[in-house]
Amino acid sequence: MQDPASHSDSLVGRVEVKETTCYMCACRCGIRVHLRDGEVRYIDGNPKHPLNKGVICAKGSSGIMKQYSPGRLTQPLRRKANAERGESAFEVISWDDAFKLLEERLAKLRAEDPKKFALFTGRDQMQALTGLFAKQYGTPNYAAHGGFCSVNMAAGLIYTIGGSFWEFGGPDLERAKLFVMIGTAEDHHSNPLKIAISEFKRRGGRFISINPVRTGYSAIADEWVPIKPGTDGALILAITREILDKGLFDRDFLVRYTNAAELVIDDPSRDDHGLFYRAEMHVEPDCFDPQNKLWWDRDIDGPISTHTPGVDPRLMGSYVLPDGTPVKPSFQLLKERLEQYTPEWAAPITGIPAETIRRLAHEMGVTARDQKIELPIKWTDCWDDEHESVTGNPVAFHAMRGLAAHSNGFQTIRALGVLMTVLGTIDRPGGFRHKAPYPRPIPPCPKPPHGPEAVQPNTPLDGMPLGWPSKPEDLFVDEAGEPLRLDKAFSWEYPLSVHGLMHNVITNAWRGDPYPIDTLLLFMANMAWNSTMNTVEVRKMLVDKHPNGEYKIPFLVVCDTFASETVAFADLVLPDTSYLERHDVLSMLDRPISEFDGPVDSVRIPVLPPKGECKPFQEVLVELGSRLKLPAFTNADGSRKYRNYPDFIVNYETSPGSGIGFLAGWRGKSGDQFLKGEPNPHQWEMYAQNNCVYHHELPRSYQYMRNWNKGYLHWARAHGMVRYAEPITLHLYSEVLQRFRLAAQGKRPGRRPPERLRQRVETYFDPLPFYYEPLESRFTDTQRYPLNALTQRPMAMYHSWDSQNAWLRQIHSHNYLFLSPKVGLANGFDDGDWVWVESPHGKVRCMCRFSEAVEPGTVWTWNAIGKGAGAWGLAPNADEARKGFLLNHIISEELPAHDAGEHLSNSDPVTGQAAWFDVRVRVYKAEAGEPAVTAPQFKPMPRLPGQDQPRGKWQAYVAGVFGKK
Amino acid sequence: MHPAFSVIFLTTLIGAGQGLYLAMVTGQLYAIARFLPAQTDQFYAIGSLVALALLIAGLGASFFHLGRPERGWRAAAMWRTSWLSREVIILPLVMTLVFAYGVAHWFGWTQPLFQVGAALQVDLTLLLGVLGTVASLALFICTAMIYAAVRFIQEWHTPLTVSNFLFFGAASGFMLAAAYSAYIGNPLVTFYGTWAVILTLIALASRLAHLRRNVRLKYKSTVQTAIGVRHATVIQKAQGATGGSFNTREFFHGRSPVLVKQLRMIYIVLVFPLPVLLIGLSYLIGSSSLPITAFFIQFAGLLIERWSFFAEARHPQNLYYQSVA
Amino acid sequence: MTQLALVIDLNVCVGCHACVTSCKEWNTSGWAGPLVDQNPYEGSPTGTFFNRVQTFEIGTFPNTETLHFPKSCLHCEEPPCVPVCPTGASYKRADNGVVLVDYDKCIGCKYCSWACPYGARELDAQQQVMKKCTLCIDRITDAKLSERDRKPSCVLACPASARLFGDVHDPDSEVSIAIRERGGYQLMPEWGTQPSNHYLPRQKMRLHIDPEELTRVDNPLRREDLTDYTGEETLDDVAW
Repeated sequence: MQDPASHSDSLVGRVEVKETTCYMCACRCGIRVHLRDGEVRYIDGNPKHPLNKGVICAKGSSGIMKQYSPGRLTQPLRRKANAERGESAFEVISWDDAFKLLEERLAKLRAEDPKKFALFTGRDQMQALTGLFAKQYGTPNYAAHGGFCSVNMAAGLIYTIGGSFWEFGGPDLERAKLFVMIGTAEDHHSNPLKIAISEFKRRGGRFISINPVRTGYSAIADEWVPIKPGTDGALILAITREILDKGLFDRDFLVRYTNAAELVIDDPSRDDHGLFYRAEMHVEPDCFDPQNKLWWDRDIDGPISTHTPGVDPRLMGSYVLPDGTPVKPSFQLLKERLEQYTPEWAAPITGIPAETIRRLAHEMGVTARDQKIELPIKWTDCWDDEHESVTGNPVAFHAMRGLAAHSNGFQTIRALGVLMTVLGTIDRPGGFRHKAPYPRPIPPCPKPPHGPEAVQPNTPLDGMPLGWPSKPEDLFVDEAGEPLRLDKAFSWEYPLSVHGLMHNVITNAWRGDPYPIDTLLLFMANMAWNSTMNTVEVRKMLVDKHPNGEYKIPFLVVCDTFASETVAFADLVLPDTSYLERHDVLSMLDRPISEFDGPVDSVRIPVLPPKGECKPFQEVLVELGSRLKLPAFTNADGSRKYRNYPDFIVNYETSPGSGIGFLAGWRGKSGDQFLKGEPNPHQWEMYAQNNCVYHHELPRSYQYMRNWNKGYLHWARAHGMVRYAEPITLHLYSEVLQRFRLAAQGKRPGRRPPERLRQRVETYFDPLPFYYEPLESRFTDTQRYPLNALTQRPMAMYHSWDSQNAWLRQIHSHNYLFLSPKVGLANGFDDGDWVWVESPHGKVRCMCRFSEAVEPGTVWTWNAIGKGAGAWGLAPNADEARKGFLLNHIISEELPAHDAGEHLSNSDPVTGQAAWFDVRVRVYKAEAGEPAVTAPQFKPMPRLPGQDQPRGKWQAYVAGVFGKK
Repeated sequence: MHPAFSVIFLTTLIGAGQGLYLAMVTGQLYAIARFLPAQTDQFYAIGSLVALALLIAGLGASFFHLGRPERGWRAAAMWRTSWLSREVIILPLVMTLVFAYGVAHWFGWTQPLFQVGAALQVDLTLLLGVLGTVASLALFICTAMIYAAVRFIQEWHTPLTVSNFLFFGAASGFMLAAAYSAYIGNPLVTFYGTWAVILTLIALASRLAHLRRNVRLKYKSTVQTAIGVRHATVIQKAQGATGGSFNTREFFHGRSPVLVKQLRMIYIVLVFPLPVLLIGLSYLIGSSSLPITAFFIQFAGLLIERWSFFAEARHPQNLYYQSVA
Repeated sequence: MTQLALVIDLNVCVGCHACVTSCKEWNTSGWAGPLVDQNPYEGSPTGTFFNRVQTFEIGTFPNTETLHFPKSCLHCEEPPCVPVCPTGASYKRADNGVVLVDYDKCIGCKYCSWACPYGARELDAQQQVMKKCTLCIDRITDAKLSERDRKPSCVLACPASARLFGDVHDPDSEVSIAIRERGGYQLMPEWGTQPSNHYLPRQKMRLHIDPEELTRVDNPLRREDLTDYTGEETLDDVAW
């Protein structure tokens, strides 16, 4: 062999290095793609990228195997005329035919009833475009996957602090001293969080992880606090109670920056009970959280306008206003609410000893109080008070689906927001920090359509497909208060379902409830497998027919890069490109990759030509929009407005001349403006020359306290990020929720929930956080099904995406059910045995693995490792199908019929967040004679036209020669 | 360890070959010393050619062990440090000497070359026989040391491995010599049979001592030293690959402990008491087929013994490959 | 003499496998490649990797530690795998101490793998030669790469920077300092193989709160001392 010291990679073949953005998960790291003779030789992290700073994860490093996977689709396919749906009997058609087919069908629907077309996407990061398309088309039946992902986390915190974790904000681990992570194993924001946690630990920070399972990040926590699933709310409320009880809250912060001291009307007999007492004073027009509220001044012992200079209001007590109205500061109401939540109360619920709960509270409270940070940064607040410094309390939190994916998740996350608030950690150093465009008003401005008249033939939708209701009038319901969206989002069933309920789309469409649809377009969402609940039945619904022989869901279009399980059910398959073959924007209009210090957006630029006939979904939408002559895609003369997606991205403005478009960087004719400015024809080139990323670092004085930072808010308004420069007061007490509750109580003019839902709305729209047992447990015999079952995403596998990846699948080719040895002992099975996991809704057979790193009442497995036989380019004998399993089979998408409704979603009653982690199970040993394969099994999916030939026994990847063999 | 059939056959076949060769030379020495009647040159020639055939078969088996047999010649390079390299050098040397010994007998090159002392007439066959014997013993040592020198596999890292290989090889070789004698109706069957029984009993003692030692073996490495964590309870959950790796294929036999135990009992019976009884029986009833049976039974037992030798060996790397999840 | 090595910080390794696949992608198309995969899309997929991340559980619930444990060739100072190689294919470089295999000389006898207590070597099932971590020898010696990039792929990839790389013979190097100050240790020291790679143990941060620290004079509850007098009788009214 050649001496390696004399070997240089740059001398092997023709070398090119191109920069783009990763998409092996949703993290969006900057990458450098090194090509050798046109084949991918190496993908590494881009050292100049603000997000990942040069590092890359296991998935990102395996992009090569995604690019060259035999699971890839390469041709548009149409179900053969005589074939049944689900059999994967397809014929290749041209793109032109595919477009004609779609154009004809969609034009007809648009002219008749646009809501018969539904577009749901698994992918959040192009919502600005997919949502625009749906709105322009005129259908309200649009959402991305947020409803079954983590909408509780978004809604719970945005309705409390005006921002949330991940894309919206995060823990400032650079300055935190104590970091508490709850319900997070791995994360979407994965590389930045890994970077931050390791640096945090190296600096000597203390890291506590609260989780039923100790894996991933929890592994390196200084302390692991195992908790029973679905009880985080009880823990957080008990901690908050202890913090209040010991006086460890940040009083000054609460008074000035939250509604803690604001006076709430406290007279249950009145119709305005529970609303803030609104004083007569000037308010900004259109503002829905005006400042016309009162404090109780301790000196004059009477009411006074909030934020009156020099006034120190009462946080506690009960008072009577001069007009006789009994009032209490909302903090007093919070304190009263928390009285019941003692650590001793929480201990049996959470499985955490009361002394541990107290200690956690003391650690948080004392660290926040005694380790204050003061940065010499001058800033001015909204009330024109100038501050010499920015201060902070160095206790940071991070939480995700462990809290969110329960039917009590919204209130749990509200509780977390309240805890973070009483500790005084919002947008301050060492605590929680926002990322642009957050903070936004509570709630943000966009609203869903308000009634049936919003949907009209050949007309764009009146309202945003998704929005942020602040009162019952913002709901999208008919006269009877019944749903108008296919997924029943923004109805009284799930009023604040701000990300929709994708998990109920197929069931609802199949049942024709609230109405049947015609065409369902699924993009990158594996709704026949791991993205759906009740998989076995949903797969049947997809092929179910009316007595007349027509499919109940008449036309199903699937756009995907890979031969996923869902593709088998398509009538029309559109092959998407890989991430290395497309233009893409990670836009400020959607979910950008902003840093704490300012807005950041980024792009993907193709580094390879598309494989076969693959076409980016964005191009499909621009093409369809143009063919359907949707206004946004059409010139006044009816001609096509945009050549293609890159052209659309550069030239589209939210409204003519608004200066706001998809990309924030290098705007203006010459590229000298940012956030707002005229379209720049050379914008793509400028991104390409700048690592594919635009990063606007705010002045230091705009980087903190942004909810109340006058300079920042005015800057944000000037640059089109917010509509109001009003302070964004933290909602310790949620008047928004109280409005819905009053409506349910019949104390509010206007919309009321239908009779059957009144008690439900009244109960769950509590303006103060509270704990309740997850809904599913109430309908389940928890003696018979004593265990909670969870899934987690492994760090080397992004949901179902990576089983087609020859390298990543070697790490997780199949999965086990992890459980405490105590469960095995009690049920007579041993480590490694085949067991049945049974819920009231179904059962799966799998192998088990004993673990001491799991709370004994919990069983868990890696998510989406199990695959349908033959899918994803894998042989039918692949481990994924034979030894891998999905927990989805035993999770229901609906609750059992009860007094609130026959078909309510198995979701949070406030947000419609899928309650994946509520499921209760029992586990028992498989019989001796049972086959050693997982159950259920499905008929193998054949290789599709256009898919590569099977690779055979060996694969030796060497860039530059692989494709030539 | 995973018992590779190539290595099982290599070691047992060349062991028997070397043993047979030693038996031939021993027979010749006894004849020179007049303890035994002189045999025809053909007897030695055919015996050593059979030995050569076994050596060649063993060498052939060894090639199946190599990933790149075409480069096998390179293995002679590192004789200063590698017992494998030494074996690779000595095996052809032994084969050459065995071949030469057989050829010398075949062609009757027995004219004395020189005389040692008063009576010992040294001819070419004797010279080659002695040289071959020395080489054969060296080969036994090299082969055994390949295993005994691996200090990480504590079951193997003992002089008993060398004595096992030596006495198993010698016993099976003498057993074969007895069978050979019986087959051609040569009265040496008693001589070889007796030696075979003696060698078998020595091998039994050596192997039992080895088993006894291994039962009491205290492993130097534990999962605690493997990952450097002090705690009584350390249990592996995942090894980083769910579909197996070289490490799970090469170092694990993949059979149940029960099977390993059963096979141990079987080889102990096949290698030791059964052949000894058959040889004894053959003396009593004067059967010529029983020594032949005895050899084949013992050789079959040795194949199982060698399988066991690998299967019983626990490599410390296995501490890193305990569980899949 | 220089001895290059990795120092792996178990205190921050979250077990993400970034080092595993970044190693694979660099090396399969590099000097030491290909790293062949067997059954890449079928049952029991398996292939050659130079680096694996394993998981161990320590202790029993609730006092359980989950340890992620990356393992690759440790580039021993006294590599037992080298002298046993019959062909000289296995060797330790004199200039930087990296242990390598010359595939052209390797006969695939696997003897070196028996002589490694760590299971660091993997025979490539298709090519039938022994393969192992090279510390990305073709990166670290490639003068055409920028200095930042002249590191093993796993080190550059690691999001937690849990992998340090440098000369363990240089007492002032980052790796030597880490070993010295953080209690870096070697695996299976009982064999005297002197692994050059070291591991840094877990460290725990704890917070002690003295009961007296719990309340401070500026406790905000003092500002809410609400004991409103509404006319009811008190001791002050009745005692004399």
